[in-house]
Amino acid sequence: MSEPQDAAAQAAQAQAAQEQAASDLAKVSPPNGGAWNVVGKPRRRVDARAKVTGKTLFADDLVRPNMLWCRLLRSPFPFARIRSIDTSAAEAMPGVKLVLTGADTPVTYGILPVSQDEHPLAQELVRHVGDPVAAVIASSEEQAQAACEAIQVDYEVLTTISSAEQAIRTPEPQIHAYAQEGNTHKRVALQFGDVDQSLEDAAHVFEDVFFYEGNTHLPIEQHASLAEVDKDGNLALHSSTQTPHYVHRAISRALELEPHKVRVIATPNGGGFGGKSDPFNHEIVVCKAALVLGRPIKICLNREEVFYCHRGRHPVLMRFRTGVDAEGKIVGMDLETLLDGGAFGSYGVASTFYTGALQTVTYQVPRYRFRGCRAFTNKPACGPKRGHGTVQPRFGQEIQLDKIAVALNKSPADLRLNMLVEPNSLTANYLTVGTIGLRECIEKVLEGSRYRERWGNLPEGRGLGLACSSYLCGAGLPIYWNKLPHSGVQLRIDRMGAVTAFCGATEIGQGSDDVLANLVAEVLGIDPSDIHLRTGATDITPIDLGSYSSRVTLMMGNAAIEAAQRARAMIAEGVARKLDVPKGRLVFSGRRVFDVEDPEVGMSFREAVVEGEALHGTLGTTGSYTPPRSPARFRGGGVGPSPAYSYSASVVEVEVDPTTGWLAVDKIWIAHDIGRSLNPTLVRGQVEGSVYMGLGEALMEESVFRRLPAKRSPAAVHKFPSLLEYKSPTSLDMPEIVTYLIEEPDPKGPFGAKEVGQGPLLPIMPAVANAVYDAVGVRIHENPITPEKILSALEAKRKGKEPRYGPTSFPEIDWPEPFVVTPPWEGGDGSAGNAPQRKRAATKEVYR
Amino acid sequence: MSTTTPGKLLASFQVNGEEHEVAFAPHETLLEVLRERVGLTGTKHGCELGECGACAVIVDGEPVLSCLLLGLECEGRQIETIEGVQRGSELHPLQACLADLGGSQCGYCTPGVIMTAKALLERCPEPSRGEIEEALSGNLCRCTGYLQIFESVELAAAQLREEGQS
Repeated sequence: MSEPQDAAAQAAQAQAAQEQAASDLAKVSPPNGGAWNVVGKPRRRVDARAKVTGKTLFADDLVRPNMLWCRLLRSPFPFARIRSIDTSAAEAMPGVKLVLTGADTPVTYGILPVSQDEHPLAQELVRHVGDPVAAVIASSEEQAQAACEAIQVDYEVLTTISSAEQAIRTPEPQIHAYAQEGNTHKRVALQFGDVDQSLEDAAHVFEDVFFYEGNTHLPIEQHASLAEVDKDGNLALHSSTQTPHYVHRAISRALELEPHKVRVIATPNGGGFGGKSDPFNHEIVVCKAALVLGRPIKICLNREEVFYCHRGRHPVLMRFRTGVDAEGKIVGMDLETLLDGGAFGSYGVASTFYTGALQTVTYQVPRYRFRGCRAFTNKPACGPKRGHGTVQPRFGQEIQLDKIAVALNKSPADLRLNMLVEPNSLTANYLTVGTIGLRECIEKVLEGSRYRERWGNLPEGRGLGLACSSYLCGAGLPIYWNKLPHSGVQLRIDRMGAVTAFCGATEIGQGSDDVLANLVAEVLGIDPSDIHLRTGATDITPIDLGSYSSRVTLMMGNAAIEAAQRARAMIAEGVARKLDVPKGRLVFSGRRVFDVEDPEVGMSFREAVVEGEALHGTLGTTGSYTPPRSPARFRGGGVGPSPAYSYSASVVEVEVDPTTGWLAVDKIWIAHDIGRSLNPTLVRGQVEGSVYMGLGEALMEESVFRRLPAKRSPAAVHKFPSLLEYKSPTSLDMPEIVTYLIEEPDPKGPFGAKEVGQGPLLPIMPAVANAVYDAVGVRIHENPITPEKILSALEAKRKGKEPRYGPTSFPEIDWPEPFVVTPPWEGGDGSAGNAPQRKRAATKEVYR
Repeated sequence: MSTTTPGKLLASFQVNGEEHEVAFAPHETLLEVLRERVGLTGTKHGCELGECGACAVIVDGEPVLSCLLLGLECEGRQIETIEGVQRGSELHPLQACLADLGGSQCGYCTPGVIMTAKALLERCPEPSRGEIEEALSGNLCRCTGYLQIFESVELAAAQLREEGQS
């Protein structure tokens, strides 16, 4: 930096910047000149017809001749040692073809290479109510169920570990021997700059503790899988999964099969929201049974079992210590989180890092320390739910900012607007922010809700709350270390004018199929409905890592554009030769290819393909996408980087009845920084769907456990494993939602698009909490925000106590010494001074 | 209704105007009969306890949850499922509007939503927003946040009224 540069170097740098700007502009401009063919136009999604006619085949709709059914026997105890299993009575039952136990499936699996801690069927221990112990395969589902009930299991019941606080102070009995210590799964600590000094120098330091209760995805489709050995002897699994590639890897590992002899076909998911992102025991069990019996085997979980699969939102206790200057700008932040992970690792190590990753991408945080701890408990495993790990601390951070604003007598809006992250900057924890439309988002919702006039001035019982957020457009690193593309797209185009797009991306309702068709159609100037799609099948589609981390639009999208541009170039060459027009003048639009200077000179798309095929032979192209390398070079720096970040802001208006605590949400304004809206109909649906799910979390959704009577062991069991008792919002609970889309194209995204499926959920819960404060002057530090909690806080207020509901302390945790990384503005290079640099390709089974 | 193999019944149903004769156990629900015996898998299930609305079908003009009705209660009755809604190769206005306006995302609750809304519009051709919300309050949707579903039903109602007038 300090080296003086000579004029030539400066000129070269200026030219490079100019070229970069031109290239960035080209990336977000229409590929066929002036106007967009498809992008930005509200349109029926390509898979809509199948869905509204009932023709979409979900996993449980699949039927095969000679098919058998599988049911699982699940543990009734949260934690127990299996002394013995007697399957003889079950084996003799009518219709029973096979009974499997843990002895038949000894190899572990798990989504993360560092957490291979699950067994298809329990070995020595059962770790939560619902942990599968045995499987029965029979001619009918009823026969299989009846036989499950005839299996005799002798359990030695162990002490239940039912909360994270209990887990960290109860090392024995140990749920997993591989845990970092006792029942502490993992402790991590990262520090960016001298936070303690910043807090000491700060004008004010605010310390707050929050708790975010766990909740679940609740997809309406129950998980289902069908495994079969095909005519060539290869194993095929059809399953409601968001991540067929990862399931493929898990099956190959757990059943010790050559990966190329296995294929996984993701059926369209009847909702996922993160809940179908792990490989599951039932998937591996039906594969094992199909291999043993040579017949198709199906399983469909009942609703109670879906609650036991879980992988939902982690319950998180958190403490924020935030130092601000006299103006309220953050000077340092110290965050501790304690996650209740449930019985398995799942994505938990990533979830833990995610609770500390994104605090820095909305507001400037010059110095930052994050320490996170995940505990094992005897409850269904937690994992990724919409907003994965970032939702809980966002709740705390946005409420705390509201409190800071009130304490400093400032508008919560101005407090935030004064410290927004700059575009094209690095954060303290080395996340690369590109475009940031947060300012526009905030202004939009302030204007729509008339927040500036109305906040603080509404009658008692009515309030407005503001909150903001950010989310990833795809995780910058895959689940397992490799140097390979994260998404691949193949196109085949033939003389009949048919275009088929292949991609491993998985349609879970979010519209990934439509994004693929949209982008290919845009480049080739045809209609999205003209394109045949083959997606989510590991035998015929190039690998895409799956529908998680809001990665598909950006990663698959860029791969699709690359493949389509290559196809366009081949066809254009053929057309240019035929028409004797320079290929640079050709435009693909309206199912025609023509000369931009004389649109009459041209031909139909099909004729154009014929010219391309005549020149090049059979037409097929590929495109692939690999995210840019992150500047973070410290351990733990792999969670958080993304090619781009989306931003959201929301204002929520509530009414609170001070005598009952009843909370009603009247209206929500939400603005989302989408970059570019590819199909506004779908984008609006993703925004409103996120708001809906956020509202459910804010008001009612929670995974609660109750104690069994002591004679059955004081164990914790799920209180609401049903759709009726686990409350979620119905059509009668939806308020009016005003949606604003902020479109500042980001050159990292396909034609500038960023994510929309997760981000808009994040601000809702804290905005509701902040609105409750504006309405009745109490702070609810615990999600969901129920009338009981509001009433309790109002009661405290009346008694002159702190007008607040929520946890008051954070337990002592034996934190490790943090890796210390110097922030970029203090001369850091992204590495930790006191730790080895992050290693790549650390494991040997990298490609497995 | 006659008894065939021990424990099984033989009954005939009118499904989407077609006669189906099927054998099934007396405890089987209409949902199971439709999906597993008749082979019409367009009707979905999310709980089999009457909680989610995914399995809604129309029986003698009334929307019912097929998971709560025994198959044997339906003998001789007129059953309408999602497979019978389409008009030849054309979509029914409810189907077209849900498709066009984003009323269907993952599509899993969609057949139940369409059947419930169809029964509503047959009974009440010009429903208010409140009546639509009320009618659909038993159909859980986790994707859309419901608003695009309401708008789809409103547009379809308008189109059906126009059809009725022409």
